[in-house]
Amino acid sequence: MEAFTKWTAKAAPIDAANVDTDQIVPAPFLSRIRTEGYEGLLFYRVRRNADGSMDPDFILNQDAFKDAGILVADRNFGCGSSRENAAWTLWDNGIRSVIAPSFGDIHYNNEMNNGMVPVMLSAEICADLRQQLHDNPGAEITVDLENNVVVAPDGKPHVFSIPEFNRYRLLNGLDDVSFTLESETEIAAYEAKRKQEADWLY
Amino acid sequence: MATPRTMFEKLWDAHVVLQRDDGQTLLYIDRHLCHDGSRQGFTKLKNENRKVRRPDLTFASPDHYRPTDIKAVSEIQDQKMREILEELAANADRFGIHHFGLDSGMDGIAHVVGPELGVTLPGISLVCGDSHTATHGALGAFAFGIGASEVAHVFATQTLWQRKPKAMRITVDGKLGFGVSGKDVILAIIGQISAAGATGHAVEYAGSAIRGLDMEGRMTVCNMTIEAGGRAGMIAPDETTFAYCEGRMFAPKEDKWDKALAYWKTLPSDDEAGFDTEAVVDGNAIAPMVTWGTSPENVVPVTGAVPDPANEPDPVRRATQERALDYMALTPGTRMTDVAVDKVFIGSCTNARIEDLRLAAAVAKDRCAQVRTLVVPGSQQVKREAESEGLDKIFTDAGMEWREPGCSMCVGMNGDILQPGERSASTSNRNFMGRQGEGGRTHLVGPAMAAAASVSGHFADVRTLMEGKS
Ligand code: SF4
Repeated sequence: MEAFTKWTAKAAPIDAANVDTDQIVPAPFLSRIRTEGYEGLLFYRVRRNADGSMDPDFILNQDAFKDAGILVADRNFGCGSSRENAAWTLWDNGIRSVIAPSFGDIHYNNEMNNGMVPVMLSAEICADLRQQLHDNPGAEITVDLENNVVVAPDGKPHVFSIPEFNRYRLLNGLDDVSFTLESETEIAAYEAKRKQEADWLY
Repeated sequence: MATPRTMFEKLWDAHVVLQRDDGQTLLYIDRHLCHDGSRQGFTKLKNENRKVRRPDLTFASPDHYRPTDIKAVSEIQDQKMREILEELAANADRFGIHHFGLDSGMDGIAHVVGPELGVTLPGISLVCGDSHTATHGALGAFAFGIGASEVAHVFATQTLWQRKPKAMRITVDGKLGFGVSGKDVILAIIGQISAAGATGHAVEYAGSAIRGLDMEGRMTVCNMTIEAGGRAGMIAPDETTFAYCEGRMFAPKEDKWDKALAYWKTLPSDDEAGFDTEAVVDGNAIAPMVTWGTSPENVVPVTGAVPDPANEPDPVRRATQERALDYMALTPGTRMTDVAVDKVFIGSCTNARIEDLRLAAAVAKDRCAQVRTLVVPGSQQVKREAESEGLDKIFTDAGMEWREPGCSMCVGMNGDILQPGERSASTSNRNFMGRQGEGGRTHLVGPAMAAAASVSGHFADVRTLMEGKS
């Protein structure tokens, strides 16, 4: 996993609640393996008209936003399917951080497990950030994980929190499994106890 | 006296391997279900040259990519789908995990197969690389969906790092009316608390209306916890649960059964236990429900009409509603019973168990499907049971298709799809844009309502349709 310390990039406002992972990457692409890449698939259907042409109204199709590296969304971003392909699709299209009032639980973890930083800020702040981006297309936002701060286009800092465990792993780009296996003694002890106390499980 | 605890806390505490100072907890996983969509997890495992730590606790069944018009993998025309199913079998073989393949007679959707084989039990922790894993909580388990990296982590360590979710109780008291099933209960709950109403929570469903549901109905309710944003859904185990578990293939037997039963009886939340969040839904007032938009929270009783976004004060929500209506090609004020459907799907991990098929068959009996209707049992075992009761005959006599088990039209990735612009009545769980196929328009309903839409050609109130029939 790549380490994440600080990321400054153009940001795009996504003015919708409940952006589900089916929208982020539709089911027919899920059979792609990771190494095939997911470039060009972000919001594949949502950004197109019924006839398959690009919808010029969709925010990420507009010149000022098309190479955004940060999204600012509304509540419940990434709800729905557990497909980690959604996080991969965001990553492969240059998005390293999503800012929203709340996230689908599984997607929130999937982002962090892929080196991305999901930032939770209040609905008011998110609405204000989206407005600033509409007013200044192409404006940048900074997500500073070392200091747990988002710097808005207007220069205002907004403090956010992220689970310390994940923050540490993100800052250091640490692989989960090797880290966990350092606790082998505890896992083995739990297994032995479980086998004795809940033998009905086996 | 010990501090009173919720069922969720009891389940959580029983699975803690270790807790870090920052609150992050390493949880032990008693059962890991995987499926043909878990291949990215296997790949990660192979790339890192690791083994499955506990193959004895790992169970695989092909479901997402399994076409429902074939009986054997070799018959699958689409090369990619065939390879994905072959890959699962090969992975199961290589890592020594249980595999309910198409030749096992036990294949089906992971969330249907787990409980019916006794893999799912009260008191356990269970994960699966699929968001509808909350289904298994209906038996009194702590069950939740995970992503591919986490699947690989569980394969390798049989554990997961978790932050403790908050505890929420949703109480549904009252008596459900005629024609109202578990699906209507959960749709009514989501309509009330929103698609994010349970975010960050483990949800316990309680109250007399929940207690009165059979296991199938309880699984339907817990299944869609994810559509309310919840991490896990659960229902306290009781006599209904115990009777359901007893004698199943992987369920404990004899002495072990007695010991398990004694433990399971200690699981329900203590009377004094507190929840972080509470919601109350009036069970008596729930009608058969239909969704109208592209989020499960866009739901009304079948007697209702398509809402008018102009009445929505919040501008973002109004815009979202307008977009949804545009996508669904619906006009505000249209009565739901005036909306015609093109296809009906009865199936999915939400509503493809035997009781669901019975509810649908009762409506389909001696009637005729007006539109193409797929009936897809959730597992081979459900299929056999339905056939032994003659349900397949009722469906085929009504002109409906009786298929092989799998996820089918719940998710547009196995060949069963809606064409652009087609409208479905579907017993699945997601009405997201394009979920059932590009441009498809999905309305979520319960199995009886789906059958009612099929025989009417439009949404119909199953209560009116069944009047005079017992
Ligand atoms: S039936 Fe649908 S929701 Fe259930 S596991 Fe299959 S694809 Fe997922």
